[in-house]
Amino acid sequence: MNTQKPRQASENGSDGFNASRRDFLKLSSAVAAASITPSVVTKAADKKVDERIADYFEKMTLNIEVNGTAQQLQVEPRVTLLDLLREQLHLTGTKKGCDHGQCGACTVHADGKRINSCLSLAIMNEGKKITTIEGLAKGEELHPVQQAFIKHDGFQCGYCTPGQIMSAVSCIREGHANSAGEIREFMSGNICRCGAYPNIVDAIMDVKKGGQDV
Amino acid sequence: MIPFEYIRPSGQKAALDAIAKDASAQFIAGGTNLVDLMKKGVVSPQKLIDIGKLPLKEIKEANTGLHIGALALNSDVAENEIVKTKYSLLSQALYAGASAQLRNMATVGGNIMQRTRCTYFYDTTMPCNKRKPGSGCGALKGYNRMHAIFGASENCIAVHPSDMCVALTALNATILVSNNKGERKIPFGEFHRLPGDHPETDNTLQKGELITAIIIPENNLQHSCYLKIRDRASYAFALVSVAAALEIADGKTKDVRLAMGGVAHKPWRLTDAEKFLKGKPATENNFQQAAQIAIKGAKGYGNNNFKIKLASAAITEALNKAAGKA
Ligand SMILES: Cc1cc2nc3c(=O)[nH]c(=O)nc-3n(C[C@H](O)[C@H](O)[C@H](O)COP(=O)(O)OP(=O)(O)OC[C@H]3O[C@@H](n4cnc5c(N)ncnc54)[C@H](O)[C@@H]3O)c2cc1C
Ligand code: FES
Ligand code: FES
Repeated sequence: MNTQKPRQASENGSDGFNASRRDFLKLSSAVAAASITPSVVTKAADKKVDERIADYFEKMTLNIEVNGTAQQLQVEPRVTLLDLLREQLHLTGTKKGCDHGQCGACTVHADGKRINSCLSLAIMNEGKKITTIEGLAKGEELHPVQQAFIKHDGFQCGYCTPGQIMSAVSCIREGHANSAGEIREFMSGNICRCGAYPNIVDAIMDVKKGGQDV
Repeated sequence: MIPFEYIRPSGQKAALDAIAKDASAQFIAGGTNLVDLMKKGVVSPQKLIDIGKLPLKEIKEANTGLHIGALALNSDVAENEIVKTKYSLLSQALYAGASAQLRNMATVGGNIMQRTRCTYFYDTTMPCNKRKPGSGCGALKGYNRMHAIFGASENCIAVHPSDMCVALTALNATILVSNNKGERKIPFGEFHRLPGDHPETDNTLQKGELITAIIIPENNLQHSCYLKIRDRASYAFALVSVAAALEIADGKTKDVRLAMGGVAHKPWRLTDAEKFLKGKPATENNFQQAAQIAIKGAKGYGNNNFKIKLASAAITEALNKAAGKA
């Protein structure tokens, strides 16, 4: 394998590496360049080889800051921000519940706003600052919302908890934590199968009332 | 998700040239609908043109009304002070949609363009004329609790799922679109279409066109209510929803706008009911009569028959709430 540089997101896609995987498979000369024999590669059913070629040609450069550390990464465009965090950066605090925007387990902050990382392609987050549950505490000192979840028993199995906490921090920052009703409405994007809702609401109310800096 | 090519133009012209050049390309804005559909294999564009960096996020007042850029986030529009005070119906509808996280990603243009949530459309093992023309409509004789009661055809009974669009229809908004040759305006009510013989076509946007903004004319509709009925209190699509806005002078309805969501392939404007109410006293009795007029011609498909009664009750309640009577 030679070491061709992964391509950058181009203005109009007219750079030299814009062939889609399908186009590429038709080009046996390019296949030779990847030093894999054409007869193997043209077997489209051979997923492994297929994927290797896709990887080789379609990774793009992504500049992203995660929990305060600027990173330059190579990603395939189809990788979601959630999968990038978990699989590539090994930040497994952010959970995959539904993978379709329906549960909130994957909630992270992008430029300070809570989003579902499962529906955001990593590459769309070029230049953004991402905060995950791992980036919330200040060293050994837990974030006030993390403390409050412990104090109020805001979880049972804990699977939804990282998403709940990231969402709760935003809920308070956005100014939508003024009553139990408002909290329930603005936390509705986070499902808890264990039904820890009353304690989650109590935890958020407690932090809000305490007036701590979140 | 099958691999695709990705580009991120920084200017509108580059984006329009890119889409004009490539028939298989699709814009991506927030990604909340498109990424979902790509993961399910319902759509598989070969190229994505990320429009997230285009300068189309502004919300500003002009002499023609309120201009909202196509890339303004649903959350930013809902929170906007001008929207909250002068176009409250829109703010209410946006807050009723999705979740706080999704609203932080979803854009105005993407919300207008979102596809139906019909389960037969989403399930690639099922027949669906919208996803695969000619394969049949699985919902017609299938499980159709969420489906249309107005304007459906034998080919498709899916509904448009947006809340925001119901408010924009009622507010007589205009959609501004561009391609690489020029610009045109589409009245909101003419943007989405009924399924007819071509359920695969959701709307009148042409290949190569980009939504750049919406314009909402000024109004005197001081009384408004967006009422959404769903299976849980929040974070669920509408079974039925009603956008009701009233201008009341001397106890009479001077201007009235009524539209429904969750009932048709497009945001459903209730023009006959509006005509009935205009000039009449804003009373509960008149609201009830308007609701009866509104549901004339409604047709259930079995599991969704309940929507007809629910719709008329919701219309009355939304009007009552708007007029401050509930
Ligand atoms: C779990 C869940 C719950 C939801 N609940 C609700 C709800 O209750 N009510 C509701 O109204 N919505 C709801 N939604 C839908 C949500 O509002 C839409 O997914 C969102 O508005 C789409 O916007 P986007 O910017 O993310 O679009 P994208 O996913 O980026 O794009 C959607 C489509 O629009 C096209 N597009 C985007 N921008 C433009 C443009 N400027 N010009 C031309 N084409 C364009 C894209 O090509 C694509 O085909 C929900 C979604 C999820 C996942
Ligand atoms: S994993 Fe993202 S919302 Fe469920
Ligand atoms: S604590 Fe188990 S899902 Fe919420």
